[in-house]
Amino acid sequence: MGAMRRAKLEVRGVSLDLYNERTRKSLPVLRDLDFEVFDGELVSIVGPSGCGKSTFLNAVDGLIRVSSGEILVDGRAVSGPGPDRAMVFQHDSLFPWRTVRENVMYGLDLQGRLAKSERRERALALVELVGLTGFADHYPHELSGGMRQRVNIARALVMEPQLLLLDEPFAALDAQTREFMQVELLKILARAKTTALFVTHQINEAVFLSDRVVVFSARPAGIKDIIPVDLPPERSLPVKLQPPFLEFEQRIWRLIEQEAHKTGMLTVA
Amino acid sequence: MTSLDRPRVEERAQPVSRSSRPAPETASARPPLDEDAGPPRTFWARHEHALLGTISMLVFLSFWEASVDLGWVNPLFTSSPSRIVRTAIEMFADGSILVDMQVSGFEFIVGYGAAIIIGVPLGILMGWYSRVDAVLDPFVSALYATPRIALLPLVMIWFGIGLMSKVAIVFLGAIFPILVNTITGVRTVNADFVKVARSFGSNDWQMFLTVVLPSSVPLLLTGLRLGLGHALVGIVVGEMYGATHGLGFLIATAGARFQTDKVMVGIIIIAAAGIVMTGLLRLIERRFERWRPSVGG
Repeated sequence: MGAMRRAKLEVRGVSLDLYNERTRKSLPVLRDLDFEVFDGELVSIVGPSGCGKSTFLNAVDGLIRVSSGEILVDGRAVSGPGPDRAMVFQHDSLFPWRTVRENVMYGLDLQGRLAKSERRERALALVELVGLTGFADHYPHELSGGMRQRVNIARALVMEPQLLLLDEPFAALDAQTREFMQVELLKILARAKTTALFVTHQINEAVFLSDRVVVFSARPAGIKDIIPVDLPPERSLPVKLQPPFLEFEQRIWRLIEQEAHKTGMLTVA
Repeated sequence: MTSLDRPRVEERAQPVSRSSRPAPETASARPPLDEDAGPPRTFWARHEHALLGTISMLVFLSFWEASVDLGWVNPLFTSSPSRIVRTAIEMFADGSILVDMQVSGFEFIVGYGAAIIIGVPLGILMGWYSRVDAVLDPFVSALYATPRIALLPLVMIWFGIGLMSKVAIVFLGAIFPILVNTITGVRTVNADFVKVARSFGSNDWQMFLTVVLPSSVPLLLTGLRLGLGHALVGIVVGEMYGATHGLGFLIATAGARFQTDKVMVGIIIIAAAGIVMTGLLRLIERRFERWRPSVGG
């Protein structure tokens, strides 16, 4: 956290329009985004529903091209998917015909750089890291939702990415599992020492996990505010009940509420 | 089939549990383990469906045999199980049927094999690349809608009365169900899986191997199974229309001479081949589908 922090991700004047082939209309999604994520940081993006958070994450992953501006990872411009980034998808999207271990191996299999035994070993190490020892040879349908998301995270982490992208990874989980997975994610990321960009629509999740929270405005999304979360780095669930945490939560909620009103969406504070 | 089976299974299960339920009430000292395990299952209970099927088949065959022996029906029209077996033994002994089996077997293997070798890759290309689909779809749709048997006269003109015309008609019969099902299989690949593969840096070839192919397996095998049925129809009708050897030719010529026994032998061999090959496909399917959660009990 010194003054000489190195930027892992730099977003420079990024705008993005999506063209809809059916309606033949171009939809402005992102407008002039400028921010950076520093080495070792966990930054969350929140914003009103449908504002383009996931689209932005896909652009960072290289799945969608930006219309103007630049996204740099370690100073190199993103032009497509690359091994320096890995995505944890919203729906776990595990391949049902692959076992847990084979799912985690997927990215390494595609690269084909390592010998098969080495790939298997690395996958197994990640399966253990996310707390699924003993489930390596199970098929996804034999796991619970929380366990599947752990596999989803392991599948991304095994690539040893410079930047981990998480697209609402806990959205499909029940409230209880979700809280536990938040704690688990912090532990896993601390062990893996990875920089992470996390998209969520849950404000309290963003505050709990992040070093900083980026608030997007309504579509076309720009940056409404960037809020450093000055809470102790060691976070456990009781933190969520303490006054400083609740203040952060309310402050961000008010920002999003203002934006939601712009889109005509009804909100209840 | 299974939906018909279900209620029957439950009806059977109920009396068993009902009879075991009063036991703990009257004799409460009974260890609870016994109640869970239920009465030991007899040989009959374990194989009930197979045994019922065998019995019904035996009853039918006995009735058939008896009705000929008792003079109720004319064996010229119906033959009888014993006559069919005797004729089959003769035909195998003098080797006449082996030639027919070889010819039909050749037509099937080459025609059906070519349909798979061409149909599956073409289906993948048409399913994946919309331009390939745009070019070929008019032909596929038109030919798929045409009863391929209607093409027989043309095929005969082009390939003659020998083996190749039958190979061609088998091929034409089998390829379209394979093609159409493969296309559907590829088109219904989960978009999330495609996105995951792209994100992990997959190229087109890896996408085929790791995502498209595994997710298309169920429909691909459905295509193979449907194609198998069409291929067998192709053999029989093709040989009936014009041939010098083969099981369809045998059925047609024996039928014209009222040799009902021989007709029956031909039919049984073709049916048996169909059953065996469908069974093989089911085995392959099970091998590829072992990851799938089982539905029902």
